[in-house]
Amino acid sequence: MNIVVSIKQVPGTTKVAINPATNTLIRAGVEAIINPFDMYAIEEAIRLREKFGGKVTCITMGPPQAEEALKSAIAMGADEGILVSDRAFAGSDTLATSYTLAMGIKKLGQFDIILTGKQAMDGDTAQVGPGIAQWLDIPFIAWVKKIEDVKKDAKTIRVERMMDDGYEVLEGPLPILLSVVKEINEPRTESLRGKMKAKSFKATVYSAKDIEADPDFIGLRGSPTIVNRVFVPVRSGKKELVEGATVEEKVSKVVASLRESKLVN
Amino acid sequence: MAIRVITEKCVGCKLCIPTCAQGAISFVDKKAVIDVIKCNYCGACIDACKKFKAILIEIDRKVSDQDLSLYKGIWVYAEQRNGEMASVVYELLGEGRKLAEQLGEELSAVLLGDGVTCQAEDLIQHGADNVYVVDNPKLKDFQDDTYAMAMAELCEEYKPNIVLTGATAIGRSFIPKVAVILETGLTADCTQLGIDDYTKLLLQTRPAFGGNLMATITCTNFRPQMSTVRHKVFKKASKDVSRKGKIFTKVLADDLLKSRTKLIEFVKEMESTVNLSEADIIVSGGRGLGEAKNFALVRELAELINGAVGASRAAVDAGWIPYSHQVGQTGKTVCPKLYIACGISGSIQHMAGMQSSETIIAINKDPNAPIFEIATYGIVGDLFEVIPAMISAIKNR
Ligand SMILES: Cc1cc2nc3c(=O)[nH]c(=O)nc-3n(C[C@H](O)[C@H](O)[C@H](O)COP(=O)(O)OP(=O)(O)OC[C@H]3O[C@@H](n4cnc5c(N)ncnc54)[C@H](O)[C@@H]3O)c2cc1C
Ligand SMILES: Cc1cc2nc3c(=O)[nH]c(=O)nc-3n(C[C@H](O)[C@H](O)[C@H](O)COP(=O)(O)OP(=O)(O)OC[C@H]3O[C@@H](n4cnc5c(N)ncnc54)[C@H](O)[C@@H]3O)c2cc1C
Ligand code: SF4
Ligand code: SF4
Repeated sequence: MNIVVSIKQVPGTTKVAINPATNTLIRAGVEAIINPFDMYAIEEAIRLREKFGGKVTCITMGPPQAEEALKSAIAMGADEGILVSDRAFAGSDTLATSYTLAMGIKKLGQFDIILTGKQAMDGDTAQVGPGIAQWLDIPFIAWVKKIEDVKKDAKTIRVERMMDDGYEVLEGPLPILLSVVKEINEPRTESLRGKMKAKSFKATVYSAKDIEADPDFIGLRGSPTIVNRVFVPVRSGKKELVEGATVEEKVSKVVASLRESKLVN
Repeated sequence: MAIRVITEKCVGCKLCIPTCAQGAISFVDKKAVIDVIKCNYCGACIDACKKFKAILIEIDRKVSDQDLSLYKGIWVYAEQRNGEMASVVYELLGEGRKLAEQLGEELSAVLLGDGVTCQAEDLIQHGADNVYVVDNPKLKDFQDDTYAMAMAELCEEYKPNIVLTGATAIGRSFIPKVAVILETGLTADCTQLGIDDYTKLLLQTRPAFGGNLMATITCTNFRPQMSTVRHKVFKKASKDVSRKGKIFTKVLADDLLKSRTKLIEFVKEMESTVNLSEADIIVSGGRGLGEAKNFALVRELAELINGAVGASRAAVDAGWIPYSHQVGQTGKTVCPKLYIACGISGSIQHMAGMQSSETIIAINKDPNAPIFEIATYGIVGDLFEVIPAMISAIKNR
């Protein structure tokens, strides 16, 4: 079974810097990690391989430094890592990102299951997974919290999809793309053997030309959404502490206002 | 898009500075410098600098071959499951009405499902001028394939200007596919919408980086302009039974409605308590509770005021309460009318999930706890005294 995991490198801190020229985020200089949600996808891929055999390939689109994310994935137990990297990809929104990754996966060839995280900690859109599925024209199931069963020969899969009020059991054919949520497993830590392997690991790099990307669909040019303004939300900063000599006094003031605004009876 | 001052051309006349409503232009070494974080690309400074042509906006964007003027109207996706309308739909109709008025365009709802035509009238009464219905047994269960196909078909045929969808488990799953089919932009999880006076573009504002950053996004060159919208940020439309509107029933070819995935069963997994993300009142407990059994205090207050029980991750990680109660970046995002935080310090990750609550009460013994910075009412004190006092104050009225 060929399993592809799409992973994103994200800043390990919530501090943010913005590139004045393009109004996109500056990634360099900040410690980078694998998007925490993608760790569950890597773990699930390794478990599938342990059960059914095959290969786990991680793919990431990003600057050259994103190779580090692939290294960590290898250290966890992934077999291969592809870095889709080209200056032409800079400034991609989710439409361009999902197109680029889909083209990268196409070049990779055979796959049965593609896994992504639920969403990235920085962009937070959760749009790249369904986007890749649509570009590849394969079925997609979001918010998977459990893979119940894979029928290797019949090429079908049964999973549980988390909804707001419970979960759905769904069945679909392979190949398929699943986005996974953190309930699905507990990611393992890097093994000693994995770390050794990661040391000598060199990612295979795909450029825009390698994946035969249409220049109209990649990077800033291929991105219909335009980030016009990025700002840090203003917190009032002032504190509205309730005055009062005793706890009872403070509480009765608050409860009175709540009654006034009909929040409590 | 990028804006910059060509330093060689700038003569330092300062003419541009007062024209910038954003206060984005400053002066460094006798040259104008534009702060691109503040700049909204209005172009006023370029006009001011016509003489020297020192300011440049560069755009290397694909231009659409669509005739953008053909795209008219605001659409709201009327999400329903088993006949039950998601509450966010009414909020979208309320906000959509405002946008429609500003643009002088019509507001329409899109209803997909099996046996759903009867719900169209209700959408009209909540403000829709038109309802587009695809009523087909193949749409009985939500599946990404069929719903995305049906939605994309309707968009291609009727060419809406704007499409709004709730940022629900369903909306965030299939709408990204629709955007790819239509090759247009989609802004995720918006908390603010507006129309630009001059360009008439939809201004879509959303939090990213777990709420540490806000971004205003436009989809300038492509249509429809699509967004998913967070629930509980907009007011529900009011109902007017006398409202009239048109219902368009659309029959789609069977081969368009083929789903590769199928539903085997639905397992309801709700606790007896109210659904956290839908709750109007939430009482949350954090590490300050000290131990699991003290959650009883939080529950008692919650029950008394018909609220749901939430928690910080510290409380969840300690095993005091299941993960489904966690509020925050890696838990649920909530926007209730009232949020009471008990013994929660107010980490960025926690606040990311609750800071848009209408009224926030914080109870904490540390007057410097960050939670007080966003609280409407901050009560400094020991929660083991404050909560019981609150309970008795509410009981004894
Ligand atoms: C402040 C801000 C707001 C933005 N808002 C929008 C917006 O509303 N709409 C929009 O279209 N774009 C938006 N963008 C751009 C968007 O963040 C980028 O396109 C980004 O590359 C992918 O989106 P994401 O981070 O939201 O990923 P998500 O869609 O949340 O990621 C889901 C999963 O997809 C996979 N994945 C995502 N990116 C990669 C990658 N580079 N390589 C490999 N796998 C990946 C991972 O498995 C990940 O878990 C915004 C950017 C910023 C800085
Ligand atoms: C990637 C990431 C994701 C995260 N996601 C989330 C998330 O989704 N949700 C979330 O909540 N956290 C999340 N966290 C964790 C977050 O950073 C904090 O650690 C957590 O929110 C702290 O919980 P707390 O406020 O209950 O505990 P603390 O920070 O320990 O605060 C306890 C507070 O209780 C007060 N207190 C103690 N005793 C009393 C008393 N008797 N009376 C009154 N007050 C008292 C103290 O003054 C203190 O302010 C995340 C962290 C990371 C790194
Ligand atoms: S108006 Fe033009 S020339 Fe004058 S300061 Fe501004 S950028 Fe420079
Ligand atoms: S384009 Fe408008 S907002 Fe930007 S710097 Fe010029 S005047 Fe200011």
